[in-house]
Amino acid sequence: MDTAFSSEDLKFQSDVREFISNNYPKELKDSIGAKRKTGKELSRDDLMSWHKILGKHNGWSAPGWPKQYGGAEFSPTQKYIFEQECARAECQYIMPFGVNMVGPVIYTFGNDEQKAKHLPGILSGDVFWCQGYSEPGSGSDLASLKTSAVKEGDHYVVNGQKTWTTLAQHADWIFCLVRTNPDAEKPQQGISFLLIDMKTPGITVRPIKLMDGSHEVNETWFDNVKVPVENLIGQENMGWTYAKFLLAHERSGIAGVARSKKALERIKQIASAEMSYGEPLIQDPAFKSKIANAELELSSLEYTELRTLAKDSAGKGPGPESSLLKIKGTDIQQMVTELAMEAVGYYANPHLGTTLSNEYVGPDYATNLSGSYFNFRKASIYGGSNEIQRNIIAKMVLGL
Amino acid sequence: MNFDYTEEQTLLENMVTSFVRDDYDWDTRCSIVKTEEGWKEENWKKFAELGLLGVPFDEDQGGLGGEATDIMIVMEQFGKGLVVEPYMPSIILAGGLISKLGSADQKNSIIPEIISGDRRYVFAYAEPQSRFDLFDVKCSATLDGDNYIINGFKSVVFGAGMATHLIISARTDGDQRSKSGITLFLVDIKSDGITLQNYPTIDEYRASEVVIENLTVSKENILGELGNSYEAIEEQVDLSTIAICSEAVGILQVLKDSTNDYCKNRKQFGQSISANQAIQHRLVDMMIEYEQAKSILYMAITADLSNSDERRKAASAAKARIGKAIKFVGENAIQLHGGMGVVDEYMISHFFKRATMIGILFGNVDFHMKRYTDLTQSNIQSINEDDGINLS
Repeated sequence: MDTAFSSEDLKFQSDVREFISNNYPKELKDSIGAKRKTGKELSRDDLMSWHKILGKHNGWSAPGWPKQYGGAEFSPTQKYIFEQECARAECQYIMPFGVNMVGPVIYTFGNDEQKAKHLPGILSGDVFWCQGYSEPGSGSDLASLKTSAVKEGDHYVVNGQKTWTTLAQHADWIFCLVRTNPDAEKPQQGISFLLIDMKTPGITVRPIKLMDGSHEVNETWFDNVKVPVENLIGQENMGWTYAKFLLAHERSGIAGVARSKKALERIKQIASAEMSYGEPLIQDPAFKSKIANAELELSSLEYTELRTLAKDSAGKGPGPESSLLKIKGTDIQQMVTELAMEAVGYYANPHLGTTLSNEYVGPDYATNLSGSYFNFRKASIYGGSNEIQRNIIAKMVLGL
Repeated sequence: MNFDYTEEQTLLENMVTSFVRDDYDWDTRCSIVKTEEGWKEENWKKFAELGLLGVPFDEDQGGLGGEATDIMIVMEQFGKGLVVEPYMPSIILAGGLISKLGSADQKNSIIPEIISGDRRYVFAYAEPQSRFDLFDVKCSATLDGDNYIINGFKSVVFGAGMATHLIISARTDGDQRSKSGITLFLVDIKSDGITLQNYPTIDEYRASEVVIENLTVSKENILGELGNSYEAIEEQVDLSTIAICSEAVGILQVLKDSTNDYCKNRKQFGQSISANQAIQHRLVDMMIEYEQAKSILYMAITADLSNSDERRKAASAAKARIGKAIKFVGENAIQLHGGMGVVDEYMISHFFKRATMIGILFGNVDFHMKRYTDLTQSNIQSINEDDGINLS
């Protein structure tokens, strides 16, 4: 057993660290920091500017992509280190929809024209993608989706409704699963994978407000939307295969260990500033014990992730074990957001940054912590609910 | 970075695995625990022949110079067979103390005898009032010429009935709960002044209460420095804690796999009970707990155990986390076996009982959570108000 990184990996780690410290824009840090303190939504620029900087640096915006498509082609260990360093420095996330989701589908199953048209924009961060999978009647049972695409000459005509479309309000393009054969023997067999320009007439995006007041997700309606046939990925009715391939790619970094670690550090700092029983909250045995509990879960998960990584590096994975990373990773994220809310006591109450008041009250670090708690209930639901992940493990790992 | 075993470690694992498979099948194990002695001395000789008794000792003394990973390999496989011979108490804990503290003469005379299987030391440390505090020692040793006279009472000394010798912790100075003033003595178990009350434990191991009355021990049988043994005791108990965590991970694997198989084979309402989602999700959660337990064990094994703070943290993190996994996996293994889970005849209850007792050994979940917390939450930086906070 050897958990040390090789000297090449350590060199890589210091290169990444140096790159971040020299290139992560102070204005971005300030802008995001100010918005978090005041409970404001991030803009498209906030979301994409770090992506754009990485896109100009050896394909670092697409760590897993092959070099021939402009990606960084990091090894599994390098990817891990890269994610760790970005989390450590609290860099803004890279939006996953282009880089981790549709990008790999395009370079694996798309034709040359599609690659040439779409990959550069994903890589550079100039084109913002969103995902059209879920429908009101198709959540966990995604294959039951009804949005239809009927071929008429050189177009598909798309009708239906997608939902939970994350950040569709910023999106230039959407990748969609649509039904092209309603008569297929199995529902999975009649699905195709379409790329759709969000500016096409007939598309309507309506915001869905989440319980913390945030606008992250949307309903996306398609009313006789004409999509050129050249936007079909691969073969008609083979979309489910591509969707499953995409799920495998979505998993990297899903455990979020480094981000949760960072968050726990901050909670400890908050708890040392907050008072309870006349002493810093961090001295309260009950609170301390909750922190320690979260740390132990996180430490276990870190080594589960490293074990998966070692398997992956040896070319043996990652397999359905990634469902374990999703379940435990989101458990911990929820644990951490709850602890943060708990740490600030009464100052969990103010809902700042709404249109109802311009007052800013309480310590800066308390802003929106209850919002995060409420918002993060989503984590055990999205990306295949944690119950669905258990079904996957039961079937694929335990053979039940 | 990898979690692979070296070639030697793979050989070691294969060797212990085949011992458990060939010489320690379930029926054999059941017959051993029913004997008066509660172990099989022949197995100890076999361990000696296989080189297992030398795993953690220096090559200078004829050992294999094994590290935490090697000990983990042995203990994990022993866990899968519920091996009752006192390997951890004698080889890891008492053996570790002698390696750490022994003078050159002591090591040269004792360790080869341990490795050959001719001597077995166990460490008598716990007392009725001490609970898990290793420094809480009432047992006293008073100087009398060139000898010490020891009086006291030691609780639940595992494997004492199988031992030839004891290491006794006694107070030569300081208050009952002082970390200084604790001295270790090496004594023949047949010495006048030592009385053993032997009994079986709920998990079918053997332990003893040790009554010590006017036991005379010569100065030269002090192990380590006079009054200065606490650090070494804590260290060896930490390493032994990691060793029993490895045993627990082996047991958890059996609990999880057996329950999985049982649920597939057990039919009710015309189908396997594992066709029910309520059962499937429980089995998945057991598997997750097992994997998390194994991961934190790997964390502990690969930590820098030569650094005392890192070692303390690693041992307590592993013991606390694995203690939780033991409860979850163990209780659910019994629950999902239904009536078969609660009977003595079927093996699953025996694995559950052993795992539960490991949960207590060297400190339970609460004890190690507190120790871990005290070790990790003393140095918190103050908050930078300008930073905002990013929890997403």
